Amino acid sequence: MWSELTKAIASFHIPADWIGIRVVRETAANRYVRDGIPQANGKSTTEGAMIEVLVNGCLGYAATNSLQLESLESAAEIAYKQALAASKWLIYPFKETERPKVVGEYNSPFLEPLDALSPGEINDLLVRMCRTLKVHDKIVQTTASINTSERESWFVSSNGSEVYQKFISLGTNYGAIAQDGAIVQQRTNNGWQAHCYQGGWEVLKQENLWQRVQQVGEQALELLTAEECPNTCTNLVLAPDQMMLQIHESVGHPLEIDRILGDERNYAGGSFVTTEDFGQLIYGSPLMNITFDPTVPGEYASYAFDDTGAVATREYVIKEGVLQRGLGSLESQARAGVPGVACARACSWNRPAIDRMANLNLEPGNASFAEIIGDIEHGVYMESNRSWSIDDRRYKFQFGCEYAKLIENGKLTKTLRNPNYRATTPEFWRSLIKIGNQDSWQMYGTPYCGKGEPNQAIWVGHGSPVCVFANVEVFGGGS
Amino acid sequence: MKQELTALESSFNQLLETLLIKKLEHEEFTLKLSSEQSQFTRFNHAKVRQTGCVADGSIELTLMAEQRSSSRQFPFTGNWEKDWQKAHQALQELRDEITILPIDPYLVLPSGNNTSREVHHSNVLAQDDVVSSILAEVAALDFTGIYAGGIVIKAYGDSSGQKHWFATDTFTLDYSLFISSGKAVKGTFAGSNWDVASYAAKINEAKKQLNLLSHPAKELPRGQYKTYFAPAAVADLLQMLSWGAVSEADIQQGNSALAALSRKEKQLSAKFSLKENFQLGLVPRFNELGEMAAPELAIIENGVLVNSLVNSRTAKEYQKDANGANRSETLRTPEISPGNLKFEQILSNLDTGLYVSNLHYLNWSDRPTGRITGMTRYACFWVEKGEIVAPIENLRFDESLYRFWGENLVDFTNFQEFIPEVDTYENRKLGGSLVPGMLVNDFTYTL
Repeated sequence: MWSELTKAIASFHIPADWIGIRVVRETAANRYVRDGIPQANGKSTTEGAMIEVLVNGCLGYAATNSLQLESLESAAEIAYKQALAASKWLIYPFKETERPKVVGEYNSPFLEPLDALSPGEINDLLVRMCRTLKVHDKIVQTTASINTSERESWFVSSNGSEVYQKFISLGTNYGAIAQDGAIVQQRTNNGWQAHCYQGGWEVLKQENLWQRVQQVGEQALELLTAEECPNTCTNLVLAPDQMMLQIHESVGHPLEIDRILGDERNYAGGSFVTTEDFGQLIYGSPLMNITFDPTVPGEYASYAFDDTGAVATREYVIKEGVLQRGLGSLESQARAGVPGVACARACSWNRPAIDRMANLNLEPGNASFAEIIGDIEHGVYMESNRSWSIDDRRYKFQFGCEYAKLIENGKLTKTLRNPNYRATTPEFWRSLIKIGNQDSWQMYGTPYCGKGEPNQAIWVGHGSPVCVFANVEVFGGGS
Repeated sequence: MKQELTALESSFNQLLETLLIKKLEHEEFTLKLSSEQSQFTRFNHAKVRQTGCVADGSIELTLMAEQRSSSRQFPFTGNWEKDWQKAHQALQELRDEITILPIDPYLVLPSGNNTSREVHHSNVLAQDDVVSSILAEVAALDFTGIYAGGIVIKAYGDSSGQKHWFATDTFTLDYSLFISSGKAVKGTFAGSNWDVASYAAKINEAKKQLNLLSHPAKELPRGQYKTYFAPAAVADLLQMLSWGAVSEADIQQGNSALAALSRKEKQLSAKFSLKENFQLGLVPRFNELGEMAAPELAIIENGVLVNSLVNSRTAKEYQKDANGANRSETLRTPEISPGNLKFEQILSNLDTGLYVSNLHYLNWSDRPTGRITGMTRYACFWVEKGEIVAPIENLRFDESLYRFWGENLVDFTNFQEFIPEVDTYENRKLGGSLVPGMLVNDFTYTL
């Protein structure tokens, strides 16, 4: 691939200041079973090249799914014309320094390769999951799916970059819907599509896999007779599988520098954070330490280089509650004049890179789970996201969970259904009063973070301990 | 461009014919094509943020045999040698895999004899003219958004001889105009012919609304307010019905917000009628099995659910009649019927309350009860005694569709607007929804 791409760049007849080619080849398999019946068995392969051209400070692109030399040449000419036509109207004069020369390689860690199980064996597993989830006649739907992906990318540029990255990933999802008349409750394994990791089949083979599958079915049933979550203001304890969503929506997105610069205002929105806030905004309580960390082995969005060739490193985004840096690429950093991270990423070869959060993790504290619950006189403990909504400045949010427990006098007591909570972002994070230790820290991921024009759904990873927030508005479902 | 289109169609046909020859007697297959040649130009502050073109295409081959099925998706380039090589490899892989999969009792084989061919030519902007044509009109404004335009192809063929080809050349301009306070007016301009005068008129209309936004914003306490939802906001609420509501499979499997309506435990207002209207001609009528949907399908008539969306697989599983629904049983070309509220009566009938132009980030907060949460966005105003008084700070709502399309629905407008689909996830989507505005009593705002 290297020689073909380098040869292609050399053959382009365009007077560009810089040229880059990013080729992506990905084969993803999706196997999905409902109520023990196969619903989807399929593999999809995508392959193509994104060619970017810098002309008079303006970047233009053209993407093609044909890797033949004449197709690449034709795409380069289109990219050049795009840049030229836009150069009178460019938003910022980009420089070659925003695309530094870089050479290197990254490979996802894995123990058992993705072809270690046959499609038949995978389907057998999924059918068994559905049967195990069906703990009662009132379970009206059981589902189980496994998604695997092998993605390779090659990046070469006219200033000598040569980067190869190979990502092996596996995601699992299973859940049950229980129904008793008009009461319907759903329970999944830590929320929909939350179990996404880099790695092979070892990701699935957790020690307690089958107990967990059965527990998910039992908890769906349990929710049918549970009390409604009360409408009150109280101590809210969030499990790591809900903290994933909380971090993603109310820390990750508002800190994206392209949002702060206004690029996303027409679609995903802006941010309540401004460029002046970096280095001084008290985002949350002193317990709050958030890192951008693409170096965690096995986390879903780990990598060594972003899609423009910036070297990826672990950085504190929020330290002891104070905002340190944004989630912005080299391009965004140049435009905004604030520190960022290596986060220019694209969902595939057919989209240009934009600012993305990758792995964003809340660092653990000192409290054990028993200590956290034991110190609370009254509160609600919630697990697993089921509903999410936040305004376009990432300020007012409302999230719902699948499963909750009442906390009374230092103990988890009754199960609660339809638990929801709402708040504003800074008020919420400043009310963080206790944070779990490493034992409670868990890592999840999702393949569906949506952003960008044209739209892109991308994979992110989030790790967090259990957390306690004081005086939060919680409430139950409708009627 | 016509030559390229012809080449792609020939290549697809050749692929289909070759697969028909290679097919074994006990095998059936479907072949689906999704292809586009699109320009995407992204704007911010009336400047270009990103601009480029994407030539993409993929084939999905689904093989069925011995009551089992599996699929392979691979790139489609129009180069016969390359495309056939990938198709042949996919066919071999599918034959190897299919025998070790579990039996699927609800597998539906292609069986119809439908064929169709629609090619819509147009007059969209030349690639090099997009930037200057759009930005010259808005140079003095804080203009942000995206232009997406070009050819989209959807095609289908199968082992029973069905064949469809749908190609169209369209554009969408999805934009917002901001003022310094952060308030904005949102607009869309879409079609198959770029009309300079129409575009200028759209921008001028938006400029007028910007003046209204410049007043100091009013912060409202949580509570219930009479609300007028402009058509774009109604379209956002309507989209929720494609996510766990109108699908028959969702109704059967405890996953639908319309289950109570289906069980006739609840009903909606007699003023609410919803149908699928393929006569608008903006999206293909064929589905993943080559089946043609009826030109019109009533879904909710006068508040009563008269049809859910039923694909052939669901029909087989639950002994229902299929109605040409797609694989995911989602709305493809929905239309809400107009009511009696005239444009000039909107503010006077609202009297005191909220005028909501757009909504944002909707989600079910409690799906079984039809409760939806989300935010107001863009040009939203506080109205007193029939006069717009001030823009509002954005509010979160949390309300059940059984209330706002039920007992609290005052009326729909007597006019409809076409709200184009501007989704570009994976590929550029087509069509949109035809909806009126609506006036609702006591809509619940929570934060």
